[in-house]
Amino acid sequence: MIIKNIIQILRELSKQKMRTMLTLFGIFWGTTSVILLLSFGIATKSSVSKTMHGMGEQICIIWAGKTSISYGGFPKGRQLSWYNDDAHYLKDNVPLIDDISPQYDRWLPVNVGAKKQNFSVNAVWPDFKEMRNMIPRQGSRFISSLDQEKRRRVVFIGNEVEKTMFGEGVDAVGRLMYIDGIPFTVVGVIIEKEQDGSYNGRDKDAIFMPTSTYLAIYGDRYVNNMVARAKDITKTEQMKKAIIAAMAKKYRFSPEDEQALPIWDTTEMDQFLGTFFNGFTIFLGIVGVMTLIVGGIGIANIMYVIVEERTSEIGVKRAIGAKKRLILFQYIVETFVIASIGTTSGFLFALLMIFAINKAPLDDFVGTLELNPFIAVTSIFIISMITFIAGWGPAKRASELDPVVAING
Amino acid sequence: MIRMEKIRKIYSTGKVDVEALRGVNLHIKKGDFVTVIGPSGSGKSTLMNIMGCLDKPTTGDYILNGTNIKNLNDNQLSELRNHEIGFVFQNFNLLPYASAYENVEMPLLFAGVGGKKRKQKVEAILNKVGLSDRMDHRPNELSGGQKQRVAIARALVNDPNIILADEPTGNLDSHSGREIMELFVNLWQEGHTIVMITHDPRAKEYTDNFVNITDGKILREELVA
Repeated sequence: MIIKNIIQILRELSKQKMRTMLTLFGIFWGTTSVILLLSFGIATKSSVSKTMHGMGEQICIIWAGKTSISYGGFPKGRQLSWYNDDAHYLKDNVPLIDDISPQYDRWLPVNVGAKKQNFSVNAVWPDFKEMRNMIPRQGSRFISSLDQEKRRRVVFIGNEVEKTMFGEGVDAVGRLMYIDGIPFTVVGVIIEKEQDGSYNGRDKDAIFMPTSTYLAIYGDRYVNNMVARAKDITKTEQMKKAIIAAMAKKYRFSPEDEQALPIWDTTEMDQFLGTFFNGFTIFLGIVGVMTLIVGGIGIANIMYVIVEERTSEIGVKRAIGAKKRLILFQYIVETFVIASIGTTSGFLFALLMIFAINKAPLDDFVGTLELNPFIAVTSIFIISMITFIAGWGPAKRASELDPVVAING
Repeated sequence: MIRMEKIRKIYSTGKVDVEALRGVNLHIKKGDFVTVIGPSGSGKSTLMNIMGCLDKPTTGDYILNGTNIKNLNDNQLSELRNHEIGFVFQNFNLLPYASAYENVEMPLLFAGVGGKKRKQKVEAILNKVGLSDRMDHRPNELSGGQKQRVAIARALVNDPNIILADEPTGNLDSHSGREIMELFVNLWQEGHTIVMITHDPRAKEYTDNFVNITDGKILREELVA
């Protein structure tokens, strides 16, 4: 009985092709828009945060600056420098620090066979790996504490360095590389990563070696900078204060003097981006829901017209024994059929679009779109609810029609 | 079978109350063929609507097969219309997108009759009204007389006790009109109870049993007990 009724309803819908098609298109388009908008939002967000995190996650980069406040008998304008020992000093004196590494940097000639070129050569501690997302390609590794301890002549190189020096498609791991005329063994190559933020060149163009090895050769007194990360990222602000206080005590500058110890805190950017993109996603979501509400009003409108133009039909059905709830059921099923076909096709079309956009060379602009299942389910739920609410009014009205009045149209 | 006692029906249209029926008493026995005549606006349609349980009287009692419809709710009235009453309208009122078969099938769907039995009944009844070769035709592919046959088949399919026809020949040419009238007479002779609003003078060829209603009152009843 119910199945036969549904078949009947489907037949009635298919008889009103134009009207049904238009309604379907409205819902279809609404669904596609919402899902695409939200996917774009999320893709942009993750694309930006991925390239931001290319440099590292929630880290602080510490430089030495000039004092801007006279303090402890020293005039202002004094140039400060940090020693290799200062990284140890901070690690021992600031318990909030989880990882820390000094970083030395020199522009040095590198040659492999006849190929010769200058690169940024860095010396760091093994801790640097985690902080700065130095992810080794499979089958290779970053500088280890044993390398550090034994002052091994090993390097971890950027993927572009590998390509330039060894050629396309050649695995450099285990090969020799001459830096400033000294042979080093390549122990690792960084994986390809997207990186927007940097402070001395991209990691893909850099070479990294243990500080012990570096200092044995060059004997630098001062570090270029230090990189630190807090144990608890929510305490980054306190860690920064503690670092400044510890260094201010050691080097006798004012703890209030921000220019003496400039710190780039990437968590600030993260927080900003996080807030910004949450706002952005909410905005897109609202745009999507608005689109759907417009679609819903369209459905309500069309359903009212259907009821209007089929009033006498409803009257006849009532006269030959259709109960109110059957009429109600019929119009709700109609709405449901339209809504489910519309949302399903809209959903599939959105998937197709996502697939096509991902195939197109647009990665750098929009990143890779993906369909978040939560968003998909939520949007479809909201769409169904809007459609249902839009269909309920007209359906209720249809069922409440006075059969006597309805028969006469 | 039908017993109406002091039926009054008042329509409130905002400020003005219109009294469509002003105390109608009517008894119709099983197997009667009653025609209702009267000028337009006389209240005959209102009488038919009440008789067909589409509407309830404002006051008075309408007892159909021993049931006072005053006490029934909308669902019960729907069931009563489905099982007890077959409607035939002047403008046929077929569903335009459904075939003759599907139109006739509809009351059985509402009644919840099972598939096999439904098919048998629909085919038998369409056969009876002479449309067994037109089952798959849509209303727009049928002549006026054929449409009215479909409508009659639809009215009959659930074996109702009464057939209510409102000007069933009003939209038909005289030839088809005569055929439809003969069909009703055949049904009557088979024992169906028929109440028909009509201006068709041919009705008098078949029955003297008519109700003349004017101004909401029955003027003359012949052979009505």
